[in-house]
Amino acid sequence: MRDRAFLPFVLLAILIAVPVTLAVTTSHEPRADFVFDVNSEPETIDPAFLTGQPDQRVALAVFEGLVTRDPETLAPRPGIADRWTTAEDGLTYSFHLRPARWSNGDPVSASDFVAAWKRILTPANAAANAEMLYPIAGASAFHHGETTDFGTVGIAAGDDSTLRVTLAHPTPYFLDLCAGTTYLPVNPRALARFGDDWIRPEHLVANGPFTIADWKLRRRIRLRRNPDYWDAAHVGLATADAIFTEQASTAFNLYATGETDWIDSSGIPPMIRDLVVARSDCHRSAYLNTYFYRLNVTRPALADPRVRQALGLAIDKRAIVEHITRSGQIPATHFVPPGLPGYASPPGGDYDPARARALMAEAGYPGGRGFPAIELFFNTSEEHRPIAEVVQQQWKDVLGIQAELRNQEWKVFLASTRALDYDVSRASWIGDYLDPSTFLDIFRSGNTNNRTGWADAEYDRILDRAAAERDPAARAALYAEAEARLLNHGPIIPIYFYVTLNCYDDRKWQGCAPNLLNLLELKFVRRSDAAVAASR
Amino acid sequence: MIGYALRRLLGLLPLLALVLFLAFVFMRTAPGGPFDAERSLSPQIEQALRARYHLDEPLLRQFGRYLGDLAHGDLGPSFRYRNRSVAEIIKETAPISLALGVMAIAFALVFGIAAGVVSAVRPRTGWDHLAMGAAMIGICIPNFVLGPILVLVFAFTLRLLPPAGWGSPAHLILPAITLGALRAASIARLVRGSLLETLGEDSIRTARAKGLSEPVVVFRHALKLAILPVVSYLGPAAAATLSGSVVVERLFLVPGLGTFFVQSALNRDYTVAMGTVLFYSTLLMLLNLAVDLAYRALDPRVELD
Repeated sequence: MRDRAFLPFVLLAILIAVPVTLAVTTSHEPRADFVFDVNSEPETIDPAFLTGQPDQRVALAVFEGLVTRDPETLAPRPGIADRWTTAEDGLTYSFHLRPARWSNGDPVSASDFVAAWKRILTPANAAANAEMLYPIAGASAFHHGETTDFGTVGIAAGDDSTLRVTLAHPTPYFLDLCAGTTYLPVNPRALARFGDDWIRPEHLVANGPFTIADWKLRRRIRLRRNPDYWDAAHVGLATADAIFTEQASTAFNLYATGETDWIDSSGIPPMIRDLVVARSDCHRSAYLNTYFYRLNVTRPALADPRVRQALGLAIDKRAIVEHITRSGQIPATHFVPPGLPGYASPPGGDYDPARARALMAEAGYPGGRGFPAIELFFNTSEEHRPIAEVVQQQWKDVLGIQAELRNQEWKVFLASTRALDYDVSRASWIGDYLDPSTFLDIFRSGNTNNRTGWADAEYDRILDRAAAERDPAARAALYAEAEARLLNHGPIIPIYFYVTLNCYDDRKWQGCAPNLLNLLELKFVRRSDAAVAASR
Repeated sequence: MIGYALRRLLGLLPLLALVLFLAFVFMRTAPGGPFDAERSLSPQIEQALRARYHLDEPLLRQFGRYLGDLAHGDLGPSFRYRNRSVAEIIKETAPISLALGVMAIAFALVFGIAAGVVSAVRPRTGWDHLAMGAAMIGICIPNFVLGPILVLVFAFTLRLLPPAGWGSPAHLILPAITLGALRAASIARLVRGSLLETLGEDSIRTARAKGLSEPVVVFRHALKLAILPVVSYLGPAAAATLSGSVVVERLFLVPGLGTFFVQSALNRDYTVAMGTVLFYSTLLMLLNLAVDLAYRALDPRVELD
């Protein structure tokens, strides 16, 4: 052993490494006015490609479409268009644009919308949400490559401040679509210069209430009020941070210590949900989101609609929302969540063990005899297993049938359900816009989101008629008819309707209440009058 | 020794290629793909996306394409974060994971050596039992339990430190302790054992006989010898600490690379997964090499090659 004092070297190394590390990792930035947790890092905020809810929340703070939504009722309000007219036939919309500017000084013009929508419909761009533009005449054909002439699509800029849109069929929710992210404009100069990289924070050109000051991976997006926004005087926050906590316990810790001002349901750990719901800073609203089970109708055991109905009627959904989810979820007897303007779902079947048993007997399985064991399949999650266990037990008690639980990691689970490699699988569906079609269309024959093997020509026919119907009441009745058919013959068991829970101190903040689409319209968030008065 | 190091470095290249190939094969044989989501894409859009990222080509050609790009220093774009490149993700997050790792190891060394010395100098006393009891707890409690307990005590009860986040020295403390606790405990036990043994040796008796004060005996003479097992331990421990920060990063919202290491595989973000595998395997190989070189430097009896 060479006589060499090693210890001093170790200590010296630490003495050097630690201050260097501290210097490297420390960044001095004042806290933003408002810190909100969007749960996971937005994948992109490019209106053409974004898909997730975190993406939407940030994009709607940075861009503004023709129309915006009321932060609570979600009713359409003027955005970049200060007024619009609808032709008698309900197929032609004329939007009149207000004078507004992009953050690079360019005026926001009708052609910016045309360019953005064309970009989404261009097949080679593979924009995930292109279908959201299909209500526009000719959009689907252009997107499917049946023509390369964009002139065939019903979008035309009359002049810089007029945009005319012609629809393929009456679309009562069209204004709501216009308020969504797919219909946002892009700045053509930034797009031409930087291509798809135009959306990177250093190149981004905004026309909404905020711009992106800084985006640190896995840390936060710093938003700053956009002085060029047409309504900047009414933007309540000078700065706001979107953070991405991912883990509910961490999110709640940050909220509870005042580091975060606003969290939603994803920031509330399931274990303490019932305690949080009882707090005065927890605000609840209905949510356009259904938790349901898909049934694979290609499996012989599940081919009989009576069996499928019996499986649904045998589940006491109230027990699930009262003992497991525990924060005011609504037991679901139908598929389309309540709260859509002008639409009422058919009642559907409630918990009815006697009828469930009778249906099973009718189908040839009295007391469950002769019925094969089926698999109840879900993605690995602390939420889904306890629900599956309750259902498993209830099926056994009520129908006398055996169900085995199987779980898989998310992507494997998705691949399995797409390949119809399951008997019964857990699912949820979030509506994109305020119309029943956003739920019912997925069970059309061959829809990629159907994933049950169920194909029913009559169901498709009713939906076609509903889509073409101009009278709102008749239209709603047709959708209700389709939904009733889905519930009676169909391949699903609705379990419950989600709720949105937003935690924030309403003595301090206003404009961030929960709503049906679980959106946060940052423009309207401001210190509440009480807080402003107290600070004077 | 320089020649040896260069030879070892060259030898790493085929090993890295093998690791990348295995990672590639495992990723691609796992069911599900980067574009799968609850809401399926229409077949047309999915086809266009696959073509855009060359996923429609034969697997071997894709791997060849990857290696070709890699040779030009291009790790590709992320599939999930479509406006980010893999290189950018690693560049922005790896220094944070490394910083956390350095702090965790520093914590482990300082507290581990201190606790070990206290125990060895006062064996079978209350101090010894306290230090070794703490070490035993440090070894037994997993970091996903220790982390929340520390948050409860320091963020909620004492209100001294932030519960999570990044951007100031205070943000580093709890994650570094959580990540370093296991190493600190192991080091404490190593130091205690080897220091007790050393203190019984003739050379130490001689030192004491010369009338040297106890601190000088312990720190100048005994600890110098007793620290060697810690050095051998430090290499693998540093590697494990640097690459094992996933749980701590998620718990404390530390924006490091560890989370990408795991999430990219779960998201089937193929390029990011390959990039993180490449980064961590290179790091581990270099650390192993550094340990071998350190042995040689400390103990000439060790033959390299």
